[in-house]
Formats: sequence, structure tokens, C-alpha cells
Amino acid sequence: MESLEKEKAFYERLENKGVSRRDFMKFCTYLTATMGLSSSFVPKVAEVFASPKQRPPVIWLHFSECTGCSEAFLRSIYPWIDELVMDILSVEYHETIMAAAGHQAEEVLHEAAEKYEGKFICIAEGAVGVGHDGAYGKVAGKTFLEVANDICPKAAAVITIGACANFGGIQAAAPNPGGFKSVSEATGIKTINIAGCPPNPINLIGTIVNYLLLGKLPALDGLGRPIFAYGKTIHDQCPRRSHFENGEFVKEFGSEEAALGWCLYEVGCRGPETYNNCPIAKFNGGTSWPIQAGHPCLGCSEPDFWDKMTPFYEEM
Amino acid sequence: MGTRVTIDPITRIEGHLRIEVEVEDGKVKDAWSSGQLFRGIEMILKGRDPRDAYHFVQRSCGVCTYVHGLASVRAVEDAAGIEIPPNATLIRNLLHGAQYQHDHIVHFYHLHALDWVDVVSALKADPGKTAKLSENVSNAPWGGTAYYKDVQGRLKNFVDSGQLGPFNNAYWGHSAYKLPPEENLMATAHYIEALRLQAKSAKMHAIFGGKNPHIQSLVVGGVTSIRDLNPDRIFQFLYLWKETQKFVKDVYIPDLLMVASHYKDWGGIGGTTNFLTYGDLATSEKEPDSFLLPRGVILNRDLGNLLPTDQEKVAEHVKHAWYADHEPMHPFGGVTDPQHGPYEPGGERTWWFGTTKTGKYSWLKAPRYEGHSCEVGPLARVLVAYAAGDKGVQSLVNATTKKLGVPVEALFSTLGRTAARGLETILIGDNMEDMIMRLVENVRNGDTKTYQPYEMPDTGMGYGLNDVPRGALGHWIEIEDKKIKNYQYVVPSTWNLGPRCDGGKKGPVEEALIGTPIADPKRPIEVLRTVHSFDPCIACAVHVIDPNSNEVYKVKVL
Repeated sequence: MESLEKEKAFYERLENKGVSRRDFMKFCTYLTATMGLSSSFVPKVAEVFASPKQRPPVIWLHFSECTGCSEAFLRSIYPWIDELVMDILSVEYHETIMAAAGHQAEEVLHEAAEKYEGKFICIAEGAVGVGHDGAYGKVAGKTFLEVANDICPKAAAVITIGACANFGGIQAAAPNPGGFKSVSEATGIKTINIAGCPPNPINLIGTIVNYLLLGKLPALDGLGRPIFAYGKTIHDQCPRRSHFENGEFVKEFGSEEAALGWCLYEVGCRGPETYNNCPIAKFNGGTSWPIQAGHPCLGCSEPDFWDKMTPFYEEM
Repeated sequence: MGTRVTIDPITRIEGHLRIEVEVEDGKVKDAWSSGQLFRGIEMILKGRDPRDAYHFVQRSCGVCTYVHGLASVRAVEDAAGIEIPPNATLIRNLLHGAQYQHDHIVHFYHLHALDWVDVVSALKADPGKTAKLSENVSNAPWGGTAYYKDVQGRLKNFVDSGQLGPFNNAYWGHSAYKLPPEENLMATAHYIEALRLQAKSAKMHAIFGGKNPHIQSLVVGGVTSIRDLNPDRIFQFLYLWKETQKFVKDVYIPDLLMVASHYKDWGGIGGTTNFLTYGDLATSEKEPDSFLLPRGVILNRDLGNLLPTDQEKVAEHVKHAWYADHEPMHPFGGVTDPQHGPYEPGGERTWWFGTTKTGKYSWLKAPRYEGHSCEVGPLARVLVAYAAGDKGVQSLVNATTKKLGVPVEALFSTLGRTAARGLETILIGDNMEDMIMRLVENVRNGDTKTYQPYEMPDTGMGYGLNDVPRGALGHWIEIEDKKIKNYQYVVPSTWNLGPRCDGGKKGPVEEALIGTPIADPKRPIEVLRTVHSFDPCIACAVHVIDPNSNEVYKVKVL
């Protein structure tokens, strides 16, 4: 009886937020599948979003990056980004979207880090420059390294989003002029790495839900990437795999073979070496992904792909 | 000496920007714009495969995603002498158009609107009156008392929870906010609707580009998304384009006019003097003559004297940037190395104890056109098109200024810049339908060619001049042994947010801030209005030129 009451109250609250029960369950099913959990977990996933009277606080830090990972997050369709920001999470600090600026923004950051110490999720985007005493990147007069060393240790968990924060990314590619490092390397803190350039937002959301649902982080591979998303290679999940097996390869873009959707291995596809769920999750609400658009995989969820996977258009 | 006010971080932009102003008698007397990030992508590109540059440079920015990729393949194609097939041009232009629509909507609602709209005031609005207002001024598909009651309830829940998230600790209640509560509620509702709309609109990029951000379907020689050139995908694109453009016309533009009508004084604040465009979106094979957005330079606000743009007249100055000093150089031949020093805005002043300040205060260089500091972006494009006699632009501008009851000169302002962004979204969006139909026509006639095979030359030089949402964007490349010998880009935010040049002339944002009224130096919302009106993108703007190359070349004009 009590649980029924609770459920009823939950859906009323949802409807107050402008979310229909059907939309909500659709999202939960999708997310549960992405996380690699059985469908019996769907109601539990739903509960994670239903129960918080206090939305889980998030502090999102920007270091050396292009903001593409934040933009990817803003394209979230399941759930809609406005729900993520207003109803599901409490995004305390995020320079790209927050209304406050300057001193007032700084106040928000430090108050939130103090108030929610040990409880907030820190999401870090971008690499940390250590060359020239960190002079290559500053916020409010403090180097990225100072900011990272101040905020990250106070978090319940540090999730890095995207190649730059995971592994150093593009600015750390040879010859790494600014001395950039991953957040983990720079701070010595173990991080959960949502890999990609940029990653699919569903993999970030899946990780957060796992944390809220089970009270622990998802199982990670040796590179700190959640196995639910990065447990298999692109190649093993690729819809063009049969063409690879049959020796049917695209040798030139725009060719008849390209029009037939044959395998892109010979024009440089890095799918066999790349662990990610792009073929299953796809991007922008399942609209497409690079190989569907006829372009080889760059291997963007692997460490140092800017050096190890290049030149991109040469066969591995 | 007045009060120094520093805003760092400037939020609701891309990247790390610090703005410092000196306020005297309630007005900005002097201003400094400082880029706070250095990445060095151009140094990283050296020695790599020219075909790979597209992927590297696209990571300059995830907000203005796509545009650096486009500029890069154009530069390499110019160097290699490749003519891409018409379908490839159409698909690239459609992706470019979609980027304009998306970027400008996100800028207006999510990066700029909160400078004009007080979200907290929306709680006091009468939902019934808001519904009437919405019916009077806009054609928004949502509305009615129940809708506004619901939005207000959602906001109230949000505020009551004590977790204000991104709305926390802003300048709410500031005397510079002029909108009545109902206007604030309507705009806030559309802020939320626009969040969803932009996520949907980005699907246009995924259709022909595989994903957004960071499209992955362009290659030197054309595009790879040949399998998406089918009726189903084209129609999906058309549908999303239609929905987005409907939002632009029915919601964005009416909201823009509503906001502008309450802030007409900003039609006299925040103007600059010189304007530059490279032009873009060719409507036929004749470039640059057929550009939808024409190419040109306007000096001293003289709309009667439109000058041609000559890229050889562009030079970058480093006297006030953290690089080793040298003469102003054309981007193709820069000699630079990063030399970080103290942050010292305010020029070289000799102190009583005899030390001299370096005057260096930014990672951004100062690009100049024949020595002139030039604004780039939507306002520059609208003014150049207006001066070039473009009937479409002239009628849009005239209708807008008439509706607001302001003279055409009001364009030279913060308000004018924000309005120009909206007006060009109408123009570009409307033109996309024709591009889609031309693509359909080609496919109907059996032409699905999307790629031109080529041989990468051993040596070559080329550049791509583009006009992208934030303004004039140039990429320059030199190829040697089929590898990148030198790669340079001069981007819109370097033009707009760069520091003073060798001659001491302020950059456009620094110039625009002079004279801005500041009601409360502790809460300088007025500074944010003008800075945001330029839509700054700092990750793009910081870059370094190869220290080992010091040649100046002649390069052929597109």
C-alpha cells in the first residue's frame, strides 16, 4: 500500500514537471538497456529519477577543451536536456550555461563544493596544463591545476568526460606544447572516464544513474571506462561486419562500394581497435553514427588516439 | 582613476575569458579583453597528413562545431586544386546552414537571453496575461493560461527546492532588467522550449554528418555520406529544417523584437567602427560573386563605400599578447613563440621605482586589416549585405528598425548586433529550402556523386576563407612532402576579442565597452550584455603560429 502511494506521488510529481509517464518509462527502458542491465531493472532506474527530494548536486569544471562534451550533453534527448538540468540533476556550476559570472560564479562554485562536500559529483571536461606552472589555462586567476586540486578531492566521485579530461586529448598530442595531462594524471585522483571525442551523452547519464541506483560506480575497464559502454569493440558490433568477413571493402570514398555500404577497413577504419557502443547507441537520439555516414571510425575513445590512430585514412 | 572591475570567468560563452573594465562616473572608461587559454593546435598539426587536419581543427571548438572542419577541407582542396562535385557543395552548405540556425538559437536563448530576462521576476507573472501577451506578439505553438501556469509551477518547484542550479546567484532583481514579469515568463518558457528544439535541430547534422557535435562525414574531395542521399533521409532533413525555421520565425524573432522594444537605449551603446566579412554560402559555382552572405569591408561606418576584402591585408599583432615580440605578420608567415608573462593590462606604465610593465595581457593575438581593428560576425555580414545593396537584407533591416521605431544607425550597437544575428538566421534558413530542392533534383536526375578522387600534391599552398556564425574565419595551409609544413587560422573571436594592437588601438569588444553605463560595479550586468552580443568563443581564438616558418607568400585568391 505504502509503495503504491509512493508511486502515485511520484507520477504526480513527474506530471507537474511536464513529463508523461510513457515518456518517462521509455527513457528508463532505453537507459537500462544501454547500461547492460536486464529489463527487471527498469523500475529501479525509474525510482532513481523519481525519489530525489534533493537532486544530486553536480559541479562541472572546464579546463582545456573545446566544450564539445558539454554540447554533446546539451543534445541529450533521453532524457531531454531541460529535464536533466531542472528536474533530475542539480547542476550547481557549469560555466557554459550558468547565469552568474565573475565573482558571483566563483561564490557558487566554492559554496557548492563546501555545502555538498563528499556528496557532489564532479564532472571534469578538458585537460589540465602543467607547463609553465599552469600558465596555459586559468579561471578566475587560478590555474587549472589549482582548481582541480581544490575541487576534485572534495567530490564523491570524479567523472571525466571526453578524450581531453580522460587521457589528455588533442592538446596533449605530440609535441604537447602546453604540457597537458589528463585530470587523473594531474591530480593523482582515480577518475571514471567517459571516453569519446565527444562521448555519447547516454554513457555519462548511464554512469550517473548507476551511481544513484546502486550506490556505486559501474564496473570499469583498466582505463577507467564503464564496461557497459566500452566493453566491446566497434568492429564486433558493426552492422558492416559481414562485409569485412566477406572481404568486401571500400577502397575509395564516393565509389560504388561506398554506396553499397561495404567495410571501411581499408580506408582507415579503427573500429577493430576501438571500444565503444556507437553502433548500438548511435548519436543524436539514434539518428546516425560515423560509419553509417560512410566515414571510418577515428578510434576517439582510445587513449592518445590523435597520435596512435593517425594518419586516419591509412589502413591500420 | 576609476574603479577597476574584473569579470573572470565570463560565463555563458565557450572558453576561458577575462574582462576588465575601468569605471568612472558610472560609465566604462577603459576596457581589456583577455583570453586565458593556450592550446597550440597549429604546432601539433605540423608534419601530419593534410587530410587529418579536418579532425584536429574541428576540435578547436565544440560550440562552433563543423566550421573549422569545413574551413580546413576547403584550404586543403585549394592547395591541391580539387573541385568538389555539386552534391558535396550542397551537403556542406546544408550542414553549414543548419549550424547557423542551431548556433544562433542557442546563443540567443541560452547564452545571451539571461542578460535581458529576469527569470526570478517570472514567478510574479500572471499566467493569463502572459498567454495574451504571447498571442499578441508571437506565433509560438505553445501557449494558453494552463501552459504558462505549468511553466511557472515548474519554475516555482525549482526555486522552492533551494537548488537553483544554473540560475543560482545571478544578477536577478538588478535595476537594469526592464521586462515586466509576463514578458519574463514568456521568454523563460521559450528558453526551456529552445533547449529541446536545439537538441532536435542538431539531428540535421547527424543525418548527413554522422553526429553532432563534431561532424564526421567531410573528407578532402567531398563528403562520405553517400548512402544518406536518399529520399527518406533528405525528407527527414527537410522536416527538421522546417521545424527549426518555423521556430526562428514564430518564436525567436518575435522574442527578439519583444526584448528589443524594452531595451531601445541599447541601440546607442556598444557600437564599433569597422567591419569585415569573407562571405560564404555560394548559390552557384561563381565564388565569391554568388555568395548569399557577401564579402567586403566597411571602414568608419561608411555604408556608402563598400571595399573589397583582400586577405593579404590581414596581419596579426602581438605587442600585447603573451608571445615573443615581432612586427605585425600576415598569418601565412608568422614568427611566434608563446612566452607567458604576468597579466599586465593597462599598457606600459613606468612606476615610481622604475619598473616597466610589459603591457601583455592575453593569449589572443590582435588581427588587424590594414591596421584597422574590425568587428566580424552577424552585424558585419548584415551591414556588408546592406551596403552591397542586397534587397532581402535591406528590407529585413528597414522593416525591423521601423517596427522598433529606431533609426538605421541603431544597428551600430549591442542591440544591433543581437538583432542582426536574428535577421540573418531568417535569411540563411529560408535559403536552405532551395539547397534541399537542388539536392533532390540532382538525385532525381541520377547524380549521386559526392566525392572527387585526387592525388595529394607533394607541395602546395592554399587557404579557405569562410564566414561562420561568429564571423570571418580563415585557414591557411602549406604542404611539403605531402605533409603539413605550416597551418594557420585566424578566427572570428580573435578578431572580436583580441587585445590592443601595436598601434595601441583597442580590439572591437574593448572599443564597444567604452561608455557603457554601469549602475553597480559589483554586479556589472551591462558589461555582460555587450560581451555576450559578440558570442565569444575563446578555445577557437587562442592559437599559436609556427615559430620556425617566417616566409610570407603570395597565395591565390579563391
